[in-house]
Amino acid sequence: MFPKGTKRKFSDSGEEPVPSGDPGPVVSSAAAARTLSSSYSLQRQSLLDMSLIKLQLCHMLVEPNLCRSVLIANTVRQIQEEMTQDGTWQIMTQALAAAQCPADRLVATEVLCRQTDAAAQAGQSPKPFSVVGLEDGYRSEEAVMEGDVESEVNMSTLSPVSPQLTSASYLAGPFGMGPCWEEEEEECDEDEEEDSEECVSEGEDGDRDHLTADSRTGEQVFGTFEIKHPAPPPDPALEELFSDVDPSYYDLDTVLTGMQSAPKMGPYDLLESLSSHGPTALSSSSSCRSDLNELDHIMEIIVGS
Amino acid sequence: MRLPPATRPEGSCPALHARTRLVCRFQDPEPADLSMEEESDTRKINNSFLRDHNYATEADIISTVEFNSSGELLATGDKGGRVVVFQREQESKSQPQRRGEYNVYSTFQSHEPEFDYLKSLEIEEKINKIKWLPQQNAAYFLLSTNDKTVKLWKISERDKRPEGYNLKDEDGRIRDPSTITSLRVPVLQPMDLMVEATARRIFSNAHTYHINSISVNSDLQTFISTDDLRVNLWNLEITDRSFNIVDIKPANMEELTEVITSAEFHPQQCHTFAYSSSKGSIRLCDMRQAALCDKHCKYFEEPEDPSTRSFFSEIISSISDVKFSHNGRYLMTRDYLTVKVWDLQMENKPLETYQVHDYLRGKLCSLYENDCIFDKFECVWNGSDSVIMTGSYNNFFRMFDRNTKRDVTLEASRENSKPRAILKPRKVCVGGKRRKDEISVDSLDFSKKILHTTWHPHENIIAVAATNNLYIFQDKVN
Repeated sequence: MFPKGTKRKFSDSGEEPVPSGDPGPVVSSAAAARTLSSSYSLQRQSLLDMSLIKLQLCHMLVEPNLCRSVLIANTVRQIQEEMTQDGTWQIMTQALAAAQCPADRLVATEVLCRQTDAAAQAGQSPKPFSVVGLEDGYRSEEAVMEGDVESEVNMSTLSPVSPQLTSASYLAGPFGMGPCWEEEEEECDEDEEEDSEECVSEGEDGDRDHLTADSRTGEQVFGTFEIKHPAPPPDPALEELFSDVDPSYYDLDTVLTGMQSAPKMGPYDLLESLSSHGPTALSSSSSCRSDLNELDHIMEIIVGS
Repeated sequence: MRLPPATRPEGSCPALHARTRLVCRFQDPEPADLSMEEESDTRKINNSFLRDHNYATEADIISTVEFNSSGELLATGDKGGRVVVFQREQESKSQPQRRGEYNVYSTFQSHEPEFDYLKSLEIEEKINKIKWLPQQNAAYFLLSTNDKTVKLWKISERDKRPEGYNLKDEDGRIRDPSTITSLRVPVLQPMDLMVEATARRIFSNAHTYHINSISVNSDLQTFISTDDLRVNLWNLEITDRSFNIVDIKPANMEELTEVITSAEFHPQQCHTFAYSSSKGSIRLCDMRQAALCDKHCKYFEEPEDPSTRSFFSEIISSISDVKFSHNGRYLMTRDYLTVKVWDLQMENKPLETYQVHDYLRGKLCSLYENDCIFDKFECVWNGSDSVIMTGSYNNFFRMFDRNTKRDVTLEASRENSKPRAILKPRKVCVGGKRRKDEISVDSLDFSKKILHTTWHPHENIIAVAATNNLYIFQDKVN
């Protein structure tokens, strides 16, 4: 089980009133793209994050609700298309690249973020997102566990990604979820603040700084687990990250524990990748569990301190 | 925020009002009833809808509800894989007030949880759909389906048993031939009425994805089962093969952008069926044209309104249910916010559009976040195709009179529906001041959703499934 407080329940903010009271960005994309208020782009960003997390959770299931997954993936495509048009997509991916930990912002999205990287590196308008993982889910050769990690990598045909990067994004997956979820919350807060103060000017820059800061904290989290990334100097933001404990968070836990008890499912691709840097990689699911337990323990220490 | 255009204050729609003076018939657990009808004692005990909320489990959540073609029977399926069949009480002169009350007739376990060892996944027992076959003899037949397997069930009564066999004794044991000294004629002896449900056919191994709908053909020999990407045609007598008549699976699943959400046969033309998609379109197919109905013969779609475009446009236009009218002239579709009636002769736009809960348009982001936006509401026609009904949140359901264009919101809840109470129209207040008896949008309970409803084929009796409760309402008698 993951320690509570490192992530937040993503449906939480759904119960809160939506910041601007105008949730569905009702804008005709072409005209409005130039006059985008930063609150709009923040909303769009949080919608994107939310969608990516949802997709990621879909991906963890062996047989996701296909209709739902397709609709979410189409939403992501739509957002991406719009962001590509108004240039935000480039800014975001550049910011990520500058932060030296490219995958970390979209860590929760595993496959998707690899495509993102690839697209950003290629400097083209990115290929539309696909519902990768759906097919995965239905592959009957799912039973071949060992092959899975590799075949997954091969499957992302768009990846001129360096091995290191690949492993980073894999590793980032489960660990990174914490920071990523936190960030979404922060963003919401920021959104609210901005709305109330009607301060729109520093939106973009603030957002970027925010990203950089976050990716640093993210990296530090990885550093804690002795993953081969040079750890930057300690960041007080880390403590803040974990100080905001939300005990109401159970959803993801349920999903994760559900997965653990299930004999063999898609998520093991993910879980296995946790240990894929060690020689004991590609081991049985039980070792994944013990890995998780270790992880749990470490997280408890962090949260406790 | 604006009011749904069709909403009118209570009392100003006498025509529909009369039609919706529905009386709750089901919250009637007086012990006196039990003693009056001995044979129904055991049936009543089984009434899942009488259970207290607190004791209800996940398995009790009703996942489908369906009247048979005469309206005499009503079947529900639940998440626990059970089917409960209710039968309408015969009218008796001594108890005229009990006219048309439905009591439990038969309960059986239709589907069990299974495990697919090849794919390492659990197959839920939840009943996705039930469809009755038109009655042809004394027995009743229904099709029930979970995510993967369709089953044909026979429900029959037995009130006599044979006695006096020559080769077997009363317990069914074979008698020693040497002890048989005389022959007798076996006779049928009356016994207590017994209702048996037996699985007659099991149609399995044909669906890779989740079955979302089944539909019996008017030829009474075939039916279709539909999953996210395919439609299969079966003969009711043959379980080891089916014909794939629609397949929209792309060669590369990464290119998948659309799924099939529901399909139904035309009520009279046995070669015509319609299926709806997650992109908001409906395709009408003619099976006479080709074995594989890749090409539709009609394509119904409404152009998108640019003024209401948002990131959620596609999600809310995804069709959750499609139903032919009884006369076969119209199609009704339900999407997240509206229900639409299409004329089969007009493909470019719907004939009528009704707002089910337009006040949620401003809350789509939250509804996306908590996944409510993916709820699959169903819709039904009344017997004469003049009124349509569909569900909403907060245990509300909506009715629209197509002739008078009037609509009403009603609530299915234990608090509001004492036996024979008349349902009061409810109103959701959108912004501004909340008047008495109104409920504000923010206090709607999104966990109480009415997804499944059914309408008696000839009379104004409706059944509404509200999570683990079944409500049956009917027009007021007298």
